[in-house]
Amino acid sequence: MIVANKNKIKDMADNLSESGAGRSLWKDARIRFMQNKAATISLFILLAIVSFSFIGPYFAVWSYEQIDWNAMGSAARVGMPSIESGHFFGTDDLGRDLYSRVIQGTQISLMVGVLGASVAVIVGTLYGATSGYLGGKTDQIMMRIVDILMSIPYMFVLILLLVVFGRSIGMLFIGIGLLSWLDMSRIVRGQTLNLKNMEFIEAAKVTGVSDFKIITRHIVPNLLGIVAVYATLLVPGIILAESFISFLGLGVQEPSTSWGALIKEGAGTISYETEWQLLFPLAFFVVSLFCFYFIGDGLRDALDPKDR
Amino acid sequence: MINYIIKRIGIAIPTLLILIAVSFYLMHAAPGGPFTSERPLPPQVLANIEAKYGLDQPIWRQMINYLWGVITQFDFGPSYKYHDRTVNEIIGHGFPITLKYGFWSFIVAVGVGIPLGAIAAIRKNTWIDYLAVGISIGAQVLPNFVMAPLLIIVFTLWLDWLPGGGWNGGAWQYLIMPIIALSTSYMASIARITRSSMLEVLNTNYIRTAKSKGLPTKVIFFRHVLKPSLLPVISYLGPAFVGLITGSVIIDIYFSTGGMGYFFVNAAFNRDYSVMMGITIVVGSLTILFSLIADLLYAWIDPKIRY
Repeated sequence: MIVANKNKIKDMADNLSESGAGRSLWKDARIRFMQNKAATISLFILLAIVSFSFIGPYFAVWSYEQIDWNAMGSAARVGMPSIESGHFFGTDDLGRDLYSRVIQGTQISLMVGVLGASVAVIVGTLYGATSGYLGGKTDQIMMRIVDILMSIPYMFVLILLLVVFGRSIGMLFIGIGLLSWLDMSRIVRGQTLNLKNMEFIEAAKVTGVSDFKIITRHIVPNLLGIVAVYATLLVPGIILAESFISFLGLGVQEPSTSWGALIKEGAGTISYETEWQLLFPLAFFVVSLFCFYFIGDGLRDALDPKDR
Repeated sequence: MINYIIKRIGIAIPTLLILIAVSFYLMHAAPGGPFTSERPLPPQVLANIEAKYGLDQPIWRQMINYLWGVITQFDFGPSYKYHDRTVNEIIGHGFPITLKYGFWSFIVAVGVGIPLGAIAAIRKNTWIDYLAVGISIGAQVLPNFVMAPLLIIVFTLWLDWLPGGGWNGGAWQYLIMPIIALSTSYMASIARITRSSMLEVLNTNYIRTAKSKGLPTKVIFFRHVLKPSLLPVISYLGPAFVGLITGSVIIDIYFSTGGMGYFFVNAAFNRDYSVMMGITIVVGSLTILFSLIADLLYAWIDPKIRY
């Protein structure tokens, strides 16, 4: 009884302070985001997929490298999805359990997407903010470099990098990340140009704060909204790029796997009537990408006042 | 305008040189040469071969020789893997094929995407709009490497309407599926961009003025709405072109069309460096040329841009 009362009082106190203090930018954004049904649902589905990829292995009967010799080579007859055999998603052509492989592929694809996007976001934000803040000749040169890099067919260069430095996940996400910060830097630069003439930046300058500190302490925090939006839109782009490369067989290598590699395998065996080998990874891939795009759109509506 | 053209070309040339230099040094940074094999060659033989291909010279010298060959005679050197073929022959074989389906895909993407986006914008919040938006989101999550197998399942395995692959001199039956697979996602993006920019234009004051002074809808649309709302589309054409060229890798693998993408991936697996370089340079120059054209077109259409 006392506990309930305490909670009630706390609630009332929260309500009180809320109505008194006004809502912050982030709170406002959260409310707007929650009003967007597609984005909210997508967020929950995506969280479900992520938690599935972590909890799923505890329910798996087979590990991702274990071969079910019964199903090997006769996946079409024996390897279909069933609860009894423990292959919830069926097996692939080599008799490996697709359930475990899809979980592993999900983990790797999402990891590449998130890590690649973080590399791109960090590099792009710092680069764009520095360029926009310093202005003048430095800005021109830095943006010229971006222009030059932008007109290089980066998928070809990425394949080149993977061939030269060996195929590994590390190389893959460094390559993708390093090549996809360009858009980010342009967007950030544009915002920085707007920000840098504001009074608080002038005040910081007058009190003798160094350029580097102004960029990291005052400019970048004010860019976080737009950065968050484009980071969410960047993740599916990078997942697509990774899948493309893995699909060619140049990305993630066996025994590891990713959505692209699984889709490739499934698509290769489609004429043997083993549709599940394509459909399960494809479903995870398509649903996750959908969710990322909807969340990105929702975030943009919530955080980017210009597009509203 | 002329200043801008000169300035823009001034960016294009160093871009190309940087692309060549980077790919050249990457090739040489790779461990193992093109003639390293499981059974090592006797040192004299290796030295002879390397001398024949000019690999015994210092790297900067090799690069200048290579550049000189490319610029003066359009010569990309011999293939390291197929000793009887030059890179020029390989590119000459694959390029027209890629160009043919790439060109048609581009036409389809633009020709379907812009009208679709425009109709969606004019009939906003009707079923046409929802359909167009639905298609464009759907196409975004179905990239060409997913579209290609799905098309083959439907049109070849189930319906048996179209051949599942091959080129056959570019007969139309062999072109349909590559074009659909390649163009869909770009068509979707173009439709999306057209729709949002046209909505923005339709809400401006000058359109309201045009409406209130009683101009016919057709005149308003073609004279006042169309041009400004196409600007963002034009700036997207550069990236779209790059995407189409990159997508040709998938098309060539799936439909066995035998274009440049096929040779590129093959070369990537065989470590056939000269072929990889040649294709990268050709694709790179095309890309640079195309983004140059797109930028000039943009500057020409948009009177507000003064460089």
